Amino acid sequence: MRNTFSEALYRAASSNPDVYIVVADISPAGSMAKFSQQYPARFINVGVAEQSMIGICAGLALKGCQPFAYTIATFSLYRPFEMVRDDLCYQNLPVTVVGMGAGVIYSTLGGTHHTQEDIAIAGALPNMQIIAPCDPAECTEATNYCAKQKKGPIYLRIGKAGEPNYTDKAVDPWVFGKLRYIKRGSDVCILSYGIIMQKAMQLAERFEAAGKSVSVISCHTMKPLDVDGIAEALARHRHVVVIEEHAPQGGLAPRTKQIAWDTRATCRLDTFTLQDAFIHNYGSHDDLLSAHGIDLPAMSARVGLA
Amino acid sequence: MNKMIRRNTFDVQAAKERCLRYRRRILDISQQVGALHIGSAYSCTEIVDCMYHALMRRNLDGSSPDTFLMSKGHGCMIQYVILEEAGVLSRRDLDDYCKPNGRLGCHPDYGNPGIEASTGSLGHGLSMAVGMALAERGRETDGIIYVVLSDGEVQEGSTWEAVMMASSLGCSNIVAAVDNNDFQSLGRTSVTHPSFYPLAEKFAAFGWETAEADGHDSAAIFGAISARSGKRPFMLCAKTIKGKGVSYMENVPIWHYRSPSKQEYQQAVIELEQAVQ
Repeated sequence: MRNTFSEALYRAASSNPDVYIVVADISPAGSMAKFSQQYPARFINVGVAEQSMIGICAGLALKGCQPFAYTIATFSLYRPFEMVRDDLCYQNLPVTVVGMGAGVIYSTLGGTHHTQEDIAIAGALPNMQIIAPCDPAECTEATNYCAKQKKGPIYLRIGKAGEPNYTDKAVDPWVFGKLRYIKRGSDVCILSYGIIMQKAMQLAERFEAAGKSVSVISCHTMKPLDVDGIAEALARHRHVVVIEEHAPQGGLAPRTKQIAWDTRATCRLDTFTLQDAFIHNYGSHDDLLSAHGIDLPAMSARVGLA
Repeated sequence: MNKMIRRNTFDVQAAKERCLRYRRRILDISQQVGALHIGSAYSCTEIVDCMYHALMRRNLDGSSPDTFLMSKGHGCMIQYVILEEAGVLSRRDLDDYCKPNGRLGCHPDYGNPGIEASTGSLGHGLSMAVGMALAERGRETDGIIYVVLSDGEVQEGSTWEAVMMASSLGCSNIVAAVDNNDFQSLGRTSVTHPSFYPLAEKFAAFGWETAEADGHDSAAIFGAISARSGKRPFMLCAKTIKGKGVSYMENVPIWHYRSPSKQEYQQAVIELEQAVQ
């Protein structure tokens, strides 16, 4: 996903001389190297100085530029949090803060490199928009959107490398602020966002094997949330499942429950989130998700498929 | 045509008169509200006046290709009264300062006329100045970014990130000044942070061109900044007095924020006017 982000950004920079990227000492994967070679004045590496990364982006935007701040998610959002809040959100500047490798992707690097609370934290900030593409194809769409929009700051939560595409045959196009049906069914609906969509697709297959008609939705825009779209999904399906790689607070699961209450939804609603805990497990990404209770056997059992 | 006018001469007497007017206006406004950062505004009055009136270039329509950024946002009263005199802010804006229907608060807000960035939390301004400087360079325009920092603010790690980046990126179009009034809430910075001084050599070590001057001597400020080479980012370490111009306010921390009483106000008026005569 980071490679498709880099390629989309490189293309945006090729057609718009106001596109800048300010990185904090992160290896130039994929087209990022091309960007830095071809547009060196617009590729700024601050080193391990994330507060200045955000402040410099704010200054560029105050002069009409379209900057991206780019590093590992914990360091792009948490470390310079007050700069994100004051410089970007308070001034409402069109800066994209890219959180790369969000969630617990960096499984062996420990809790310092995990981003379990970013949607809650970014979502609490006035003016902040949040996009979390589920696959490289959505990442390209999201990056193109970020490179053009002038509405305000965006937190773009992306994965790392090697994710497959799930949306090649999606029912809906990618539209900012709208739920996107990847497949549309009538019995069960699985809502998810980000690269944990892989688990959503696997669970959908299990439901289908059990004879259910399944919808899978990419909730790529986490703020503003498509409340009407979620309400409709809750109304149209007998069973709704939310899967997210995020803490139980402030993410899609509690928002969906809130909307279900507000709209008096009558469907069954199961939610799967990371735990409210720092888990010391140094295996693969999947191992860490399992430790948090997100794996196919555990989810299947809880939704009645075991 | 927006023909550029560069002001190379500096009239010391005119500067003195302006600074008196600004201090008087701030004093008057202090009588409308319970608190304003009067001591902080008085310590950087001559610095900000010099930047606006002597250093920043003006187009005939009053706009400037240069940018002023008040990184020590709590000192913004001096910026407000300068912008009021220039007609950028209205008298009503100032009369409504910190009132429910007003648009000016204790810290400058981006979006208000003449305010180029929101500040208030310390340690943000210099990084934004670096971004602005890069944008000017990217567009091949020659705008200079003028920044005023407080000495307390220079304790922020984020300020040093920006100091490092400004010189590393060759931002020679940044002209900054530290309003070194030696005071913050818990006392004199030279006592609480002695290893911080002398200040200028810290910036010089990061590749900045530096100068020192009496921050209440307008001619000295103008002379020091005008003499810069323009090859590196520039930092003026200006020695100032918090509450400068009013004896009972000078170097007394309570005047960081307090408004004077009626009696104190009258005494301040007399002292300010006597000082200029």
